[in-house]
Amino acid sequence: MVEVGERWDESLMSLSVRASLPALESAKAGSPQAVFFSNMMSGRLQVQDHLGTFLADQLGEAGIAALRIEAACASGGAAFHAGYSAVAAGLYDTVLVLGAEKMSDSSTEEVTTALMTAEDREYTGFVGVSFVGLNAMVHRLYAERYGLSEQQMAALSVLCHENGVNNPYAQFRKKVSLEDVLQSPYIADPIRLLMAAPMSDGAAAVVITSEEKARKAHVPHVRVLASRIGTDAFRLYEREDLTTLRSVRRAAEAAFAETGKGPSDMDVIEVHDAFTIVGYAALEALGVSEAGKSPLMVERGDFSLGRKPTVNTMGGLKARGHPIGGTGIYQIAEVFLQLTGQAGKNQVDRAKLGAAVNIGGVGTTSALTILEGVEQ
Amino acid sequence: MSESIPRAWREAKYRERLIGSKCSKCGAVRYPPRIICPKCHSEESEEVQLPRVGKLVSYTIIRKGPNEFKGQEPYAVGLIDLVNGVRVLSQLTDLSLGDIRLGMELEATLRRYREDSDEGIILYGIKFRPSLARKQV
Repeated sequence: MVEVGERWDESLMSLSVRASLPALESAKAGSPQAVFFSNMMSGRLQVQDHLGTFLADQLGEAGIAALRIEAACASGGAAFHAGYSAVAAGLYDTVLVLGAEKMSDSSTEEVTTALMTAEDREYTGFVGVSFVGLNAMVHRLYAERYGLSEQQMAALSVLCHENGVNNPYAQFRKKVSLEDVLQSPYIADPIRLLMAAPMSDGAAAVVITSEEKARKAHVPHVRVLASRIGTDAFRLYEREDLTTLRSVRRAAEAAFAETGKGPSDMDVIEVHDAFTIVGYAALEALGVSEAGKSPLMVERGDFSLGRKPTVNTMGGLKARGHPIGGTGIYQIAEVFLQLTGQAGKNQVDRAKLGAAVNIGGVGTTSALTILEGVEQ
Repeated sequence: MSESIPRAWREAKYRERLIGSKCSKCGAVRYPPRIICPKCHSEESEEVQLPRVGKLVSYTIIRKGPNEFKGQEPYAVGLIDLVNGVRVLSQLTDLSLGDIRLGMELEATLRRYREDSDEGIILYGIKFRPSLARKQV
């Protein structure tokens, strides 16, 4: 992965190449047979599509299978799912999954417009609601329903910034206080600026191989226990229950049934806190908290470093940053670092199992990845 | 991106007159209309006029809108449960942003949403305002 931030001196493709090289080198698996490129908005923000083959070519691998996967902010988890499925099916034994987004090439209005393509243009985008506005309506309902204070709704931002301090790849490596969050301006009431992930440039990559190939490479690696995608009604307002992330719940039910593991088995969880409300609802849908209780648990420190599960160990979307198409791969790479003992100052002791929850739309598409550490 | 005229035209009826679909088999009413009923998968449906009054379920105030709404901020967008239970998303109008309350009674009114450009088309749709009829009762 590359450092997330406003990378004025790098292009979408140069970031992608820089993220791919160390992933391929450290995997020692040789040339990939296929590239899966995760990205959401390059067609609008860079006026550039056809990214899969573009990257394969820039890596000196023109000729191999290459394609791009899009599922809004869940593009990364979706691309991982595609790459994993292809290897699990026996089609390839080495694939590169790369996720990238470059948002600093465009104005805030352009990005706001582009992000809304995650929802229905004709009947949602039409009324002028922004993506943060949709989440704000869920935030209001959720806080109202469970009687949560603004402080509680802000607590996750504080936790993420604490953990982001020690992540060399994070966009923000500094703490914020509860007061900082509560004094930041509204961007769509009741969501304030510091309850939202920033706009970011970034790229992250992972290599997926067959088990046999991984064993022979003698490099740090993890086992993919599950990669599942769940979806929900496309338009937010057509859902019966607006504060439950059924897409996450569906992916979790499938993944836990497949692995025989449960939410309490997870040592680390990287959750999609594009807004604090999404992070809270995802933790609840995953089953680590009852409905309406996760803000209290974050406030109490139940998910901080030293506790199980540790949540957003490397800063989450809020502090690491949220390069849309890259985010899901950053999450998986961060769980990988934890399970292979390479997470530096934020290393979680004896981390064996980890989950990454990557969410697109307002909980419309969710990709859950469960990884297990392997004795090297 | 300039708005395509046929694209705006083909949705106009549903946006401007609040017309949804009713499944001929199970009776589920949807907005916007659907070809296939998500409940029973029937492909038979008829268009129905939705009730024009409802209650505010949640709302937000857009401080920074998408490109096409530049200059209109701040404005309110809300989720409204119509009296038949169908939920719609709409801008709220004819009220001060500070007076918005969850549960308030609202009614539909035809309003301008945006102008594409000086030479482009003007897009109209339903917005919701505090219910006048209810107030008089």
